Amino acid sequence: MTQMFYPGGHGGFHGGHGSSRTTCRAALAAAACLLAAHVATAQAPTAPLGLGRAATADEIRALDIDAAPDGRGLPLGRGTAAEGSPIYAAKCASCHGVKGEGGTAERLVGRNDGDSFAFATNARLVRTIGSYWPYATTLYDYTARSMPFSQPGTLTPDETYGLVAYLLFLNGVIPEGAVMNQASLPKVAMPARDHFVPDNRQGGPTVR
Amino acid sequence: MSKPFSVSRRQALIAGAAGLAGAAAAPLAGQTADQAARARVPADPTKIQGPGATDVGARSPFERPARLSGGRRTSSQTPLQDLSGIITPADLHFERHHAGVPAIDPERYSLLIHGMVERPMVFTLAELKRFPGRSIIRFLECSGNGGRAYGRDAQDAEVSPQQIDGLTSTSEWTGVPLSTLLREAGASPKATWFLAEAMDAAVMTRSIPIAKAYDDAMIVYGQNGEALRPEQGYPARLFLPGFEGSSNVKWIRRIELADRPFMTREETSKYTDPLPDGTARMFSFVLDAKSIITEPAWPDRLTGPGWWEIRGLAWSGRGRITRVEVSADGGRTWMVATLDDPVLPKCHTRFRMPWRWNGLAATLMSRATDETGYVQPTTQALIAARGPSTSYHYNNIRAWRVAADGTVRLAGGTI
Ligand code: HEC
Repeated sequence: MTQMFYPGGHGGFHGGHGSSRTTCRAALAAAACLLAAHVATAQAPTAPLGLGRAATADEIRALDIDAAPDGRGLPLGRGTAAEGSPIYAAKCASCHGVKGEGGTAERLVGRNDGDSFAFATNARLVRTIGSYWPYATTLYDYTARSMPFSQPGTLTPDETYGLVAYLLFLNGVIPEGAVMNQASLPKVAMPARDHFVPDNRQGGPTVR
Repeated sequence: MSKPFSVSRRQALIAGAAGLAGAAAAPLAGQTADQAARARVPADPTKIQGPGATDVGARSPFERPARLSGGRRTSSQTPLQDLSGIITPADLHFERHHAGVPAIDPERYSLLIHGMVERPMVFTLAELKRFPGRSIIRFLECSGNGGRAYGRDAQDAEVSPQQIDGLTSTSEWTGVPLSTLLREAGASPKATWFLAEAMDAAVMTRSIPIAKAYDDAMIVYGQNGEALRPEQGYPARLFLPGFEGSSNVKWIRRIELADRPFMTREETSKYTDPLPDGTARMFSFVLDAKSIITEPAWPDRLTGPGWWEIRGLAWSGRGRITRVEVSADGGRTWMVATLDDPVLPKCHTRFRMPWRWNGLAATLMSRATDETGYVQPTTQALIAARGPSTSYHYNNIRAWRVAADGTVRLAGGTI
C-alpha cells in the first residue's frame, strides 16, 4: 500500500473556510471578516447528525431481555419448584451441587443464623441467593441470560421460572407449591432486601 | 527494564518460549530465553548490518513483560513493576471477564440504543467512528484490585505489584461521547439510568446513572492508537472514566434508557460492599485515590546501599492526583514525591523519589491525595470503615519491607 503525503496540502481546511464565510455574510466589518476567513474555530454540532438508522421493533424485542425488580421485562410463562427440580438436576447440579451447596461453581443455597448480614465482619457467613440477593427478579434475569454456563441463553421462560422457583424454595424464601410468573416473582420478599444502601462516599477528607 | 534477578530460570524458559515465538529463535533445551537472545547478538553491532524493516515490530528479545493469568480463565494482571511512565502497552492491559473473550466480526457489529428515547437507533461501527470523536488518557481498574494487600491475613508476602494491584492499567482511549449518541436518539430528560449490555456469553449487564453519560462517558473503539484489543472490548465498549472496571461494559451491544436501575446480578450479588453496620453499599462506582510503589518491590533485591529511586503509580477516580508522599520509615516521616507530567484527571500518575538506602531494614510506603482532598487511608482506617471481610475497593496504603539483605516483601498485618 502506497501513501502519498503533500506537505502544505490544504484539504483539511475547507470546512473551516466555508463556515466562516457563512458567518461573514452577516458581518458588518469586511476587514474583520477577511481575517476570520483564514482561521475559524471548529464548533461541535449541537443537533443530531442523522447518522445511524431507526431500530425496528423486532430488533429491539430480540435483544431486550432484561427483567427489572418491578417486573418490567419478565416474559410470559410459569414454573414451580417441583417443575424446576429435575431441570436443576440435569442442567445445574454438576457445577452448583445437588442441593445448591456449591461445587466447581458458587454456592446458591443457604441462610445464616438469624439472617445475619454481618458480611463485613464475619467471613464465615454464607453468601447466597437467600442470604445476600436483594431482588428475586435478578435471579430470573441472570439465569436466563448467563446460565447454564456452558449453554447460556438456552432456557425457555417456563424452565427459567421453574428453576427460579426451585432455588427460592431451597433457600426457604417461598413455599414449595408457589407458582412463579410475571406477577408473583416481583412480589417475592427477599431476606436481604433492606440491607442495601446507596454509595455515600463523595471524596474529601472522610474515609467511608 | 529487565530484572534478571527477579525471574526464576523456569519462568524465563516459559516466558521466552511464549514471547519469542516467531520473533526470534526459540531457546534450545536447557537454554534460558536470555541466553538464546544473547546467542544472536553479534560481538560488535557497529560492524554488521542489522535486520531490515518489518511490518509489525516486536519487543527486544531481552524484554519479556507478561500478564499473569496464573491459570485463571477470567482475569490476568498487568506487570506494573516492569512498566515505566503511565501508559500500559495494549497487549499488557489487564483482563477481567465473566465468560471468556468473544470473537466479534466488526462488519456485523452494531449498537442499539432504546428505551426512554424518541428514536430508538442502531449504529454500525463505521457510523460510531463517523461521529465527532475524542481521545482521552484514563486509567481503568477492577474494583477487586488490591485484595491481597487488605486485611489481617496479609502477612509479609512474596507478591509483586502485578499480583497485588495488576488489575489496573492506563490507555489512551478514542471514541465518541455517549452524550452525542443519546442526542442522536433523542434521550428523554426523564431518563435517570441506563443499562449497558455486552455481547459476550455472560451477556454482562450493568446499570449506570445517566448523569455519567452527560459527564464523560464514551463509547470507545480505539486504544493506544489502534483498535481496541479483543480483551478490552473489541470492537467497541463503554468507557466510564474513574468508575470501577466492571461498569465499563465491553463488547457493548445495547443501551437501554430507564427511570430506575435494573438490579442486575453484577450490581447486587457482586460488586457491592458489605459494611460493618450490617448494610451493603450498592453502585459504589468511583474508585478512591490509591497508590503503590512499583520499584523497589518484590521480587526486586537491592544490590547494595546508596542511591535508589522509589517509583510508583497513583490514581483517583475523582480527578487529579495532587500529591503523593513517600515514607521510608514505616510512616513516621513522609516526603513529597515528584509527579511526572502529565498529571491527568482519572489517570495513572507516575511518582518518583530519590532514596539513599543505608543498608538497614526499612519500610517503604506511598500515600496519594486527590483534588477533592481525599487522602489514601491506612489499612487500619479502611478496615475500621469497611470491616475486615468486606468486598472490593481496597485502596489502603501499601507497604514494602526492605530487609538488610536487600530483599523486598509486601508488609502485611496492621500497617
Ligand atoms: C458448567 C458449570 C455451570 C453450570 C452447569 C451452571 N452454572 Fe451457574 N455458574 C457457573 C459459574 C462459573 C458461575 C459464576 C460466573 C461468574 O461469576 O461470572 C455461575 C453463577 C451462577 C449464579 C450466580 C451466583 C451468585 O451468587 O452470584 C446463579 C444464580 C447460577 N449460576 C445459576 C445456575 C443455574 C440455575 C444453572 C442451571 C440452569 C447453572 N447455574 C448451571 C457455572 C455453572
